[in-house]
Amino acid sequence: MVNLGFSIGDLHFKNPVLTASGTFGYGSEFDDFINVSRLGGIVLKGTTLEPREGNLYPRMAETPSGMLNAVGLQNKGIDYFEEHIYPRVINYDTNVIVNINGSYIEDYIALAERVNKLKKIRAIELNISCPNVKMGGMVFGTNLDSSREVTREVRSVYSGKLIVKLSPNVTNIVDFARVVEEEGADSVSLINTLLGMSVDVAKMKPSLSTVTGGLSGPAIKPVALRMVWQVANAVKIPVIGIGGIMSASDALEFILAGASAIQVGTASFIDPQSSVKILEGIESYLLLKGFSDITEITGFINRTT
Amino acid sequence: MAKRIDDLKVIGNKRLNNDFFILELFAGTNIADFKPGQFAQVRIDGSKETFLRRPVSIHDVDYENNTFKILIQIVGKGTKMLSGLAEGDLLNIIYPLGNWFTLPEKTEKVLLVGGGCGIAPLLFLARYFKFNGFIPDILLGFRNNARIIEFEEYSKIGNVFITTEDGSVGEKGYVTSHSVFSTQKYDRICCCGPETMMKALAAYSKNRNIICEVSLENLMACGIGACLCCIVDTVKGNICTCTDGPVFNVNDLKW
Repeated sequence: MVNLGFSIGDLHFKNPVLTASGTFGYGSEFDDFINVSRLGGIVLKGTTLEPREGNLYPRMAETPSGMLNAVGLQNKGIDYFEEHIYPRVINYDTNVIVNINGSYIEDYIALAERVNKLKKIRAIELNISCPNVKMGGMVFGTNLDSSREVTREVRSVYSGKLIVKLSPNVTNIVDFARVVEEEGADSVSLINTLLGMSVDVAKMKPSLSTVTGGLSGPAIKPVALRMVWQVANAVKIPVIGIGGIMSASDALEFILAGASAIQVGTASFIDPQSSVKILEGIESYLLLKGFSDITEITGFINRTT
Repeated sequence: MAKRIDDLKVIGNKRLNNDFFILELFAGTNIADFKPGQFAQVRIDGSKETFLRRPVSIHDVDYENNTFKILIQIVGKGTKMLSGLAEGDLLNIIYPLGNWFTLPEKTEKVLLVGGGCGIAPLLFLARYFKFNGFIPDILLGFRNNARIIEFEEYSKIGNVFITTEDGSVGEKGYVTSHSVFSTQKYDRICCCGPETMMKALAAYSKNRNIICEVSLENLMACGIGACLCCIVDTVKGNICTCTDGPVFNVNDLKW
């Protein structure tokens, strides 16, 4: 047997494979394909205080080894979440993490207070890195003072585990990781999408209604990996690696570079079973290499060099 | 009904003309229960530029032989690669996806309208309607004689009317100008094709209180309601083409 578990403080995860917000709906979209409860955790679609319709169509463009999206946090708001989604999503035997978003700092605080009352939700992911909204989102996550303030305020009202999702669209992501760690974040997850764009040459106009959008998929993996490695070497809190993970080998790169866990994102669009396949692949790798506990390889490359 | 992900064996790849081909897939004895209007997401292997799956309509289903067909138009690299599949190759496919056309009351007079690749879901639909006890009229629009596809198949099921843009076969012009709209009175129109065509039929139907359902083909990533990329603006707000559609009653669309 191999121990795949890891912990954020006293919150235990049975394995390091989580799903990335916005790529896994509320879990039920994948019930026909996998047993969602096998995963270490699921991070739900970004939630806001009020319902949001998101951006205009088209919101998506295929790019080499990746895709751009500009969904813009479409969701039905926290009231709907509490009434309709929370009661069923807690039936999964895994850690369910709510990804919270706001336009103003007050939105984040109010949301964190609401989620704090949901006893079966033991962690939130503070999304200060969404590139597809005009207000809030990445505006917080690309300014050190704002990142500090929003993390501090949310920390003061939220008693569960606080994961802060970082934006790669900054000069030095390590500074942001350090700031949120100082303000009491229990973990950081990175990276959110990279700001990008695409032009439809045949139509002679931008591919996305918003012109710019967030790039995800294997195209961003080397960038994500570099940032995860930098951050893992700079903070003490667990780092969750995200960015273009399509296979167990990709996931293991992040873990060897210092990630305690990973999130599978865009891969779930191509293969709805990829999260479970990645989990199985990580376990096989550990068995093959003769390790009995995943923590034996977490940050392995940083110990030997 | 449960969605599936399978590697299905290609048992036929029939080229119809320069632009269209039909893949026939063996679904096994435990074949899915398909409904007309549903689609599948096929994986494109072997190129970095075709990262996402491609949504394709279910063209026809043969429950006796446990096979189904997808009719595909070559429009880019992904569909070009699919056109190269040979008998015996495996195709990774997620199916059946989405909703389906509503089964009419048996007293209704029904017209199916397809334009170009939009004829794809209408064969299975026509067969399904006939199986349920009534025979639809079928109006198909093509650019010219060389692009007419699947005429014989549709003719086995109902009356088929053709329009071509150059008048080489059938009536000249677009489907929306066909004389059938002035000579016949329909209770229901089921439609798939270019958006301008569907919008024109939607307007025609709304003015006459005809039930009209259209099948949309918005860009999508996942096909299972997770990415929220394929949204359509409806009276119920932004909803997913892949799970709330692809078939919509035009009264729900903000057209």
